[in-house]
Amino acid sequence: MTKTGAQILWECLEREGVKHVFGYPGGAILPAYDALKHSDIHHILVRHEQGATHMADGYARASGEVGVAVATSGPGATNMVTGIATAMLDSSPIVCITGQVGSKLIGSDAFQETDITGITLPITKHNYLVTHADQLARVLREAFYVARSGRPGPVLVDITKDAQQSSCEFNWEAARPQLPGYRPDLSPEETEYAQALELIHKAKRPLILAGHGIIVSGAMAEVLTLAEKAGIPVALTLLGLGAFPASHPLNLGMMGMHGEAWVNHAIQEADLLLALGMRFDDRVTGNLKTYAQDAKKIHIEIDPAEINKNVKVDVALVGDLREVLKELLPRVESVDHTEWLDSIDKLKGDSAVRDVQKLPDNGHLYAAHVINDLWRETRGSNTVVVTDVGQHQMWEAQYFKHEKARSLITSGGLGTMGFALPAAIGAKVARPEAEVWVIVGDGGFQMTMSELATIVQEKLKINIAIINNGFLGMVRQWQEFFYERNYEATPLLNPNFVKLAEAYGIRSMAVTERSQVLPSVRAARDHDGAVLLDFKVEQEDTVYPMVAAGASLNDMIRRPSPIVETAADE
Amino acid sequence: MLNIFVVYVENKPGVLTRVASLFRRRAFNIDSLTVGRTEKPEVSRMTITVDTNPDQAKRIEANLYNLVNVLLVENITHEPAIARDLAMIKVAATHEARSHVLELASVFRARVVDVAPESLTIEITGGEDKIDGLLEVLRPYGVVEMVRTGIVAMRRGTTSPSANPNQTKTPQVAADEGVSYSV
Repeated sequence: MTKTGAQILWECLEREGVKHVFGYPGGAILPAYDALKHSDIHHILVRHEQGATHMADGYARASGEVGVAVATSGPGATNMVTGIATAMLDSSPIVCITGQVGSKLIGSDAFQETDITGITLPITKHNYLVTHADQLARVLREAFYVARSGRPGPVLVDITKDAQQSSCEFNWEAARPQLPGYRPDLSPEETEYAQALELIHKAKRPLILAGHGIIVSGAMAEVLTLAEKAGIPVALTLLGLGAFPASHPLNLGMMGMHGEAWVNHAIQEADLLLALGMRFDDRVTGNLKTYAQDAKKIHIEIDPAEINKNVKVDVALVGDLREVLKELLPRVESVDHTEWLDSIDKLKGDSAVRDVQKLPDNGHLYAAHVINDLWRETRGSNTVVVTDVGQHQMWEAQYFKHEKARSLITSGGLGTMGFALPAAIGAKVARPEAEVWVIVGDGGFQMTMSELATIVQEKLKINIAIINNGFLGMVRQWQEFFYERNYEATPLLNPNFVKLAEAYGIRSMAVTERSQVLPSVRAARDHDGAVLLDFKVEQEDTVYPMVAAGASLNDMIRRPSPIVETAADE
Repeated sequence: MLNIFVVYVENKPGVLTRVASLFRRRAFNIDSLTVGRTEKPEVSRMTITVDTNPDQAKRIEANLYNLVNVLLVENITHEPAIARDLAMIKVAATHEARSHVLELASVFRARVVDVAPESLTIEITGGEDKIDGLLEVLRPYGVVEMVRTGIVAMRRGTTSPSANPNQTKTPQVAADEGVSYSV
């Protein structure tokens, strides 16, 4: 059947299972928008193209399905760059569709022309420029396949206006992907399994490092079985949170720069690190020269380019984590590591006193209380927390206990401020039955707060908790520690967030005291529309513990004694 | 040490950019890169030399494979292989120096490809050492201009990638004029 490129676009998306796209129209993508009337796909109009990419990203992370963002050429496309890089660093499968000027105008600096395939080359898994309608079906099939397979990532498809307008014969079946160079399905050698098993069985002080790859691969059950069967404790990366139940006795908590002190000590004392779907980011290793020197290292990872990138490993099993673990598990023997587990318990010592609930209410509001209360209140329900980047993100990681995969969505690798609000929209669209909470700083919120309009327009029930300390808090913390408290450019003059929300028709409330936290959270949950809570928290609070950039992992700046002194002393 | 990679890529616009961008982004320093056609019109072949250690060489290989348009990567540094560089050297050769330059060229089995009143242009093919050697002895006469292609390399013997059963990636690509993989 003969169809225009624009019609082919939507039909291909439908055939790929796409139900929602996040987009913003403009000249070069108008033919595609015109053809949308024939499609069942629900288009969500965003307020900025960066928002569209974060929404597609949040959609992908909440559901595991490919998220789709659409924009026009030129500025529309360049506005997507931050969102694409965010998805790239966190291996999130999104497909970005951009309009491009007519193929005959390419290279002429035409109005709204930009070389978006060139610009996004290093931040996409792959990208395409399509100049003929008859190539569109195959390219889109490839794009979705590449985005979701192997180590997932963003793919951009730039379609010229004439390719959208011209017609050709459309045959989905015939337009099969032709990717002779693409190998997403690697698997380890038998000898590598044997070497890994030998190390696992010999280890006295083994530790599982659980990363995002567990969630991407859907290997939660296999990791649980492995930990329980071999008696190995589990430390998680930020993006790994939820991959292993927080309440499980073998779960130690988060590792790294703001990880639990005992976790970092345990890593440094371990004699075997079993790295599952994680990439030894500098935020989790600290100084590489002093990182886990006594430990043998096994790396199970789908991307061969990650092997020996930062940390040299003894055995690498390259493949899909779930498949590799399925192969490995029947051969793993049960080992008793009581002594090791006891020694980690001793490491915890009094630093395990993280129960902020025990601290007396001194009239001040601390972010830790807000987040911990939010967790206690929503415990057991189908909650997705979407955080931004900074102090609140780390407090969330510390004080909100994630039991399930895909219950935390956060920008880890790129650390993109402004991520939370749009990503939460994507998450809510993907999982309408879930209770979605945005936890965001007052700085990051203002980067993408225009998407409040998208929430209202789509009638989405999203709860927003602004952790408002009047500072770019994490930057202020670095200035406090490393720049002699020179708070240059970090204090924020904020608008009245309550009035702002009301202007959008969003119910809103400011919270200044600890006693108001639970009632406000309950009120937000009971309301059937979006709610914004402005938590005015202590201004100069600090995330502890902290490994300074470049310091050894066990060289932590600890919370001044007594623990949570700011709360207890005042 | 100098590692030699033979890289088969899909013959599409923009693939060279992808490879070059990868090296830049990962801070791998290219010593030389050549690209040209192969016996199959849909496949191009690159020879890339990089001064690096074995660990990083493995990472380069893995990163190259992460490019969707890369079909096959071989590190032939430790394989029996033929590596050739081609140079054209324009030497200032006036009356009395001319016969000396010609003599040196013939010792190195180089050919004279252009003769002008004030200069000779010599073409030489060979390993890098041989070309460096000729260059060294010509320098006193005055090298006016020089160009080198960079190394092209090939394994010795009958082994070719398609004959190796472990390497299943058969470069079979359809030509598609409507798609440019990054311009």
